[in-house]
Amino acid sequence: MRIHVDMDLCQSHGQCAFAAPEVFSFDGDDNLVHAETAGESLRDALERAAAACPVRAIRIDGPAHEAATGEPVA
Amino acid sequence: MSPRFDGPGIVVVGASLAGLRTCTALRRLGYDGRLTVIGDEPHPPYDRPPLSKEFLAGRADGADLSLPGAGLGITWQLGRRATGLDLTARTVEIDDGALFPFGGLVIATGSAARPWPAPAPPAGVHTLRGLDDARSLRAALRRDGRLLVIGAGFIGSEVTATARGAGVEVTLVEPEPQPLRRAVGAAAGEFLAALHRRAGVDLRTSTKVLSLDRVREHTGARLSDGTDVTATAAVVALGSAPSTDWLTGSGLDTTEGVLCDRHARALLRDGTPATDVVAAGDVARWPHPWADTPGITLGHWSHATEQAEIAARSLLFPETPADYRPVPSFWSDQYDVKLRSVGFPALADSVDVRENDPDTRRLDVAYYRHGRLIGALTGNRVARIAAYRSRLATDLEGEAGATAAAGR
Repeated sequence: MRIHVDMDLCQSHGQCAFAAPEVFSFDGDDNLVHAETAGESLRDALERAAAACPVRAIRIDGPAHEAATGEPVA
Repeated sequence: MSPRFDGPGIVVVGASLAGLRTCTALRRLGYDGRLTVIGDEPHPPYDRPPLSKEFLAGRADGADLSLPGAGLGITWQLGRRATGLDLTARTVEIDDGALFPFGGLVIATGSAARPWPAPAPPAGVHTLRGLDDARSLRAALRRDGRLLVIGAGFIGSEVTATARGAGVEVTLVEPEPQPLRRAVGAAAGEFLAALHRRAGVDLRTSTKVLSLDRVREHTGARLSDGTDVTATAAVVALGSAPSTDWLTGSGLDTTEGVLCDRHARALLRDGTPATDVVAAGDVARWPHPWADTPGITLGHWSHATEQAEIAARSLLFPETPADYRPVPSFWSDQYDVKLRSVGFPALADSVDVRENDPDTRRLDVAYYRHGRLIGALTGNRVARIAAYRSRLATDLEGEAGATAAAGR
């Protein structure tokens, strides 16, 4: 799986590092640091991390079962 | 997979984060039956945290706040307020008298701003909870004006910081000796007080607003320190209360929130779960192993999303419901400081202030109860909060394992 983060959106809420600490962490200046890829075993954690991001900056590539399309309502 | 809720399907009351996230989880878990969401605001679901920050500052618009809900096959009933619940007839009553039958019910009506106590405040005094509130307050902020903020909790503190950022003079009045004292304690509260004072806020702690008056176009306030403040706009930020009025007489226990079990199932007054009724988000009161009361409520964003997931599972798979035992977390951005918290700082009996530097604007406080870590708060130290969270999660999981092993 490939992990994409829109750094223009990221506000370092930290929720992704709670959900998937293997992939997401922060440096001493509160900037997000993350792995570019991850194995299939981390899929659940990564999907939780993406769902936990308050600004929806995280996108996981690869076969998934996303229900929502990410489009706003109405 | 929908035979359980054939016919009327699942009705969600509350069209905000918790309600929408429950819908997302229901669909992801395979529910393909009817899904109806009833919301009292005319707006489709939107995100509330930016209302006191980016939106109020004019850096975000209503469209930027939209929460994703397309593709979920939801029938929206917006601008309609639920006024009653009949658990025998299994219907939700709406303010125009309409009845919505349900197979499964999700209660996600959130909370409302605590109003100024009687007598009602004069015209021009705001509260901040919804998008329309934020629009109205945004329009009232004037660069050459003075804003009076009553209450230095999360909303009051964030509104103050945002208004100062826009060049508005602010008087912030708080009855406690420090801002957010009950949530984060005195030491962290003093750090927050310093942020306000350095930003030029007229912060009045240990001070009450005795009365509010309309003075021509302005709001006049008499304070307990004997002074008067005249402001071009005023905000009452006294916290929030769960929106449970519509459930009065339903048979559910709605004392200070909809009481739930650890599976997010709503409980009747006799303590048994109502059939196929769950609750999630601000409106729910629920047991946490670290809390010393039968139920707690949390108004945090992450709580709404995490409990929604558990509620959806309990509704669809009542034989194998999941336990809700989160490590709570919240954030608050004030001035240029990113406050991040995990656990239950409010339940601590001692604190360890590891860093408190108003110059570098960094804060690191560990909270303990009976000598054990129970929470943490950092300012501009996001890396550290993740480490605290990991420790708390390990402790919580360890306890769950020990409880299971003991056969309880």
